Amino acid sequence: MGLTITEKILRDHCQNKKAVAGDFIMAEIDKCLANDITAPIAIEVFEKVIEDSKAEVFDSSKIILIPDHFTPNKDVASAAQCKILRDFATRHNITNYFEVGRGGIEHCLVPELGLVKPGEVFIGADSHTCTYGALGAFSTGVGSTDLGVAMALGKCWLKIPESIKFIYSGRLNEWVSGKDLILYTIGEIGVDGATYKAMEFTGDTIKRLPMADRFTMCNMAIEAGGKSGIIEPDKITTSYLDSFKKLKDGFYCSDKDAEYDDIIDFECANIEPQIALPHSPENVKSISEVHNMKIELDQIVIGSCTNGRLVDLRNTAKILKKRKINKKLRCIIIPGTQNIYLKAIERGYIESFVNAGAIVSTPTCGPCLGGHMGVLAKGEKALSTTNRNFQGRMGHVDSEIFLSSPVVAAASAIKGYITSPEYL
Amino acid sequence: MIGKVIKYNLKNINTDLIIPARYLINSDYDYLAQHCMEDLDRDFVEKVKKENYQILIAGSNFGCGSSREHAPSAIKASGITCIIAPSFARIFFRNAINIGLSIIEFPDIGKIKTGDILKIQFEEGLIKNTSTAEEFQIKKQPSFLQQIISARGLINFARKQIE
Repeated sequence: MGLTITEKILRDHCQNKKAVAGDFIMAEIDKCLANDITAPIAIEVFEKVIEDSKAEVFDSSKIILIPDHFTPNKDVASAAQCKILRDFATRHNITNYFEVGRGGIEHCLVPELGLVKPGEVFIGADSHTCTYGALGAFSTGVGSTDLGVAMALGKCWLKIPESIKFIYSGRLNEWVSGKDLILYTIGEIGVDGATYKAMEFTGDTIKRLPMADRFTMCNMAIEAGGKSGIIEPDKITTSYLDSFKKLKDGFYCSDKDAEYDDIIDFECANIEPQIALPHSPENVKSISEVHNMKIELDQIVIGSCTNGRLVDLRNTAKILKKRKINKKLRCIIIPGTQNIYLKAIERGYIESFVNAGAIVSTPTCGPCLGGHMGVLAKGEKALSTTNRNFQGRMGHVDSEIFLSSPVVAAASAIKGYITSPEYL
Repeated sequence: MIGKVIKYNLKNINTDLIIPARYLINSDYDYLAQHCMEDLDRDFVEKVKKENYQILIAGSNFGCGSSREHAPSAIKASGITCIIAPSFARIFFRNAINIGLSIIEFPDIGKIKTGDILKIQFEEGLIKNTSTAEEFQIKKQPSFLQQIISARGLINFARKQIE
């Protein structure tokens, strides 16, 4: 019996050279990541693990610390959290610490800097660490204790997951993106449809899908309960990696006779832009149906680790250029990294946003989790390109969040209610 | 262990309901425990204290969403020592194992209600509902996880590897 890409990567990162799906392993990790919410606890755990020993961090170049959630510090308490990361980075000579102004949203920044590569095992104390499966790495979210231990041992316990193969075929309609494919998928299988499983995205549609859309799809694997999302590296991966002049090793692929827990086919020709309605990412409807509901909005958020990449801003700018944001709502646009921000300035996107009446923020996770930079009042409705629309996540427990792609969010920002660019 | 049950018959209780992100500017567990489950049930913390509830029962996919370890830690600090649900979201599951919070996957939660007193025998894989005199078999955790559980969490497990 053959192996999946996920089984092959994990087998090559542990002692048990016969390990298959279902086996527990202590995986050797290539990199680990934490942010200003999860790192303070991880650092405390690390100190406890090495207490009374001569142990140090397992490798100071393989630990990545990115303060991005409550940054720039929203108050004294969050400033104290960030200071813990900064001090730890200095004390242990952590080269991959990214200060505010020199970094960005972790899952946009890490691939942009070439800090994750195909075939690697990457763990992050952030649930959306599954993003990097887009490059053909095994990448998954863990907790702070896992991360603290990983910083000491360079290892993490894992159960090799069974895989579900998703085969997407056919050409995408205009205005349909990776975000719509993943929302559609979660709508079909539910928020626990892939619990504990690796979601392997394949098919001719995926073979043509740009890297930014692949990141978006893998990013939301967790919203279906997935342990990881993964896409076999191909020509699109290679050309993305070429921009970093990185070696193209570590290209694993699944065997033809690999064993899958399930194989699910999606025909993409009939998929429209998708909207997740409150309060769950599985509560998905097509735009034609939601457009008729005329759902009036108070706020739009375009950005996040799901949709804060340059392509997302380019698509947003195409729609907002020479138009005005509806006077009933506010539109917040957040470039994912400083590099994306700068390119968006050079290409005139930011000017289009400001002229349209949107506000542009420094890179931050802020509003996605109701942290800061766009918290909702009681009864307010937001359309957001983020990944989670749980009750109260963006602010008051009686506010509502709808999820969409950037083009749908931009068109809705013009109209004032949820609509698609085709109705502009 | 023997403990009294508090039950929320709701699927997909997510990490934002367990501990809203607005409190994550602080990682002190006693502070977090004060706000545990407040967007689901404002009186959760008070009820747990007053009634001395120790076992939390909930619907499937408990703990979905964020990787925040603050979620199981807040539940543990509130006084709950064991969670029973038909299924758990995977990061919540591993976080609970790692911090030494007991966690049981059990499908028939319909047979247990708030106020019931359960006697849980982990080694035998048995739950006795002393309020109804019913007994249920539970699946034992795989032997790999038993090592972390018997070390009372991942920190002690890892310390052994350093030594």
